[in-house]
Amino acid sequence: MKAENRPPKPQRKPEKKIKKKRNIKRFLKSDAAFPYLCLLPSLVGVMIFFIIPFFVIIFYSMVDNPINKEFVFLNNYISVIKNTAFRRAALNTLTFSAVSVPLAVVLSMLLAMLLDSKIPFVSQFRTSFLCPMMVPVASVVLIWQVIFHYNGALNDFLSHFGVEKIDWLKSTKGQIVVVVLFLWKNLGYNMILFLSALNNIPKDIVEVATLEGAGGFYKFFRIKLRYLSPTILFVGILSLINSFKVFREVYLLTGDYPFDSLYMLQHFMNNTFRNIDYQKLSSAAILMAIVMVLIIGALFIAENKFGEDVED
Amino acid sequence: MEKEKIAEKKSKPPFRVRLNRKKQKLIMCILTLFAAAAAIIFLLPTILTIANSFMGSSEISANYGIIFAENEDGGKEYIAEKINLKFIPDMVSFSQYYTVLFKSPDYLMKFWNSVILVVPIVIFQLVTASLAAYSFARLKGRLKEVIFFIYIVVMLMPYQVTLVPNYLISDWLHILDTRAAIILPGIFTPFAVFILSKIMRRIPFSLIEAAQLDGAGELQIFLHICMPLCKSALFSVAILVFIDYWNMVEQPLVLLSNSELYPLSVFLSQINSGEIGLAFAVATIYMIPTLLMFLYGEDYLVEGIAYSGGIKG
Repeated sequence: MKAENRPPKPQRKPEKKIKKKRNIKRFLKSDAAFPYLCLLPSLVGVMIFFIIPFFVIIFYSMVDNPINKEFVFLNNYISVIKNTAFRRAALNTLTFSAVSVPLAVVLSMLLAMLLDSKIPFVSQFRTSFLCPMMVPVASVVLIWQVIFHYNGALNDFLSHFGVEKIDWLKSTKGQIVVVVLFLWKNLGYNMILFLSALNNIPKDIVEVATLEGAGGFYKFFRIKLRYLSPTILFVGILSLINSFKVFREVYLLTGDYPFDSLYMLQHFMNNTFRNIDYQKLSSAAILMAIVMVLIIGALFIAENKFGEDVED
Repeated sequence: MEKEKIAEKKSKPPFRVRLNRKKQKLIMCILTLFAAAAAIIFLLPTILTIANSFMGSSEISANYGIIFAENEDGGKEYIAEKINLKFIPDMVSFSQYYTVLFKSPDYLMKFWNSVILVVPIVIFQLVTASLAAYSFARLKGRLKEVIFFIYIVVMLMPYQVTLVPNYLISDWLHILDTRAAIILPGIFTPFAVFILSKIMRRIPFSLIEAAQLDGAGELQIFLHICMPLCKSALFSVAILVFIDYWNMVEQPLVLLSNSELYPLSVFLSQINSGEIGLAFAVATIYMIPTLLMFLYGEDYLVEGIAYSGGIKG
């Protein structure tokens, strides 16, 4: 209210404009303007740092270079898709997501149901499952190196069972390590989401089903899963986004030049940033944005179909 | 007669039920054991890191020399044949901490870099986000919905996509290679707006209406009704944003070329080669702020995570 009390500026404009300006000014001074003004700082920031440059990037992705600005339409996209490093990175990232996202959803749901099943020490268990999320990756990366190194603890442990030494980080097994790290880090957060969703399932419906003689499996698949479906969607999307962030772990574990199977999209982007190749960067970013929108849209449609008869 | 029969039935559960109870107890036991095993796996790396930070540097290199000596210059400087993952140090020593805190100021500088990047982001993101959330909760109409949808789309994009616009605009504003290049986009990340506006929408409209009848203006409603009701949510959002940026790796790698400005999170990965003897202490110091937040704010954190669930809601 008080914030908008700016001193009126001197005006030297024709009549009509003055009237319009006065109206706007009166509105800005009025109480109703406050919610609009509230949005301004955030909206301006998002516009400047995300939206406007994104449109510039769309433009950049379609010209041959920023100085010449000759329109080449899809050529940049084609050359990015043909790029072997990009293909390698995209394939690695997608296989990683395809494996880790379903695992993250299912395992965190199981953890939530475990804590929901009236076992003792629930709050202690919750704390310990959440702990990895609070610990900076950089802090525990040393321990992970000790565990997964060729001469590390895991190989040492496995050798007792006669398993040959595996070079976890420098072989195709690297993806397994990263999946484990990803699950370790993210299960706690997802579990909390599922716990709160489980709490929101109407108790009477489950009770009626029990009275009518429904078994555990029936109750789970026909009732609980229906109510959990929005959360499954959300956890799925969240895990998908987080699976793109797994570069952090990979970078901290193996540095700039990891083994082939751990070369992620962010590695590709970092290398391209180093060469400041705007065309490659922008077309790669837009390709990724399109893929993200498609996947998330598909998830939304699937969830709508599955949970349509459950009222919220 | 009938009543007696019923009473009898109640006092003596049929055999099947009794068996079921035993079975249930057994199942409970197995489930608890399972949860305990999982909990140990989840806690292990953290506990090991902290435990190892209390070992002297000679003990560390004796235990892990085989791993980290190789990294140094590819040499074959084997100290022990096997690595030795230990929980309890042979001798509790604070020599690692002593070296980090008093002898090598480099690490403390990097720690300060992290603080100076993350704290402004958290504070200003909370301010702009709570204002924006208020307007998203109060305004109606198609335009607002479109803007909110744009926010969600920006929020869902991975770094690989958003870093390119960020880089471009930082280049134009000539803030590339300064802290501002990380802080400014960080402030306007829509995540906090998303959660806070979901919470503000839950504030019953009657409450706001009553305040309006009493003559409260919008600013007063915002300050004296919405903010107090969102206090715990603000706290939990602050924790979530803090962890996210405390962990950052991608942004400094891309937006900063001067490694003097790197936060500790990036720097820690480059420690391994040389001074393994104090790396565990640095790692432990680095997790102290987040662990403290976790200890004091776990309930807020859980509440905040629960609020974030459901994009449609």
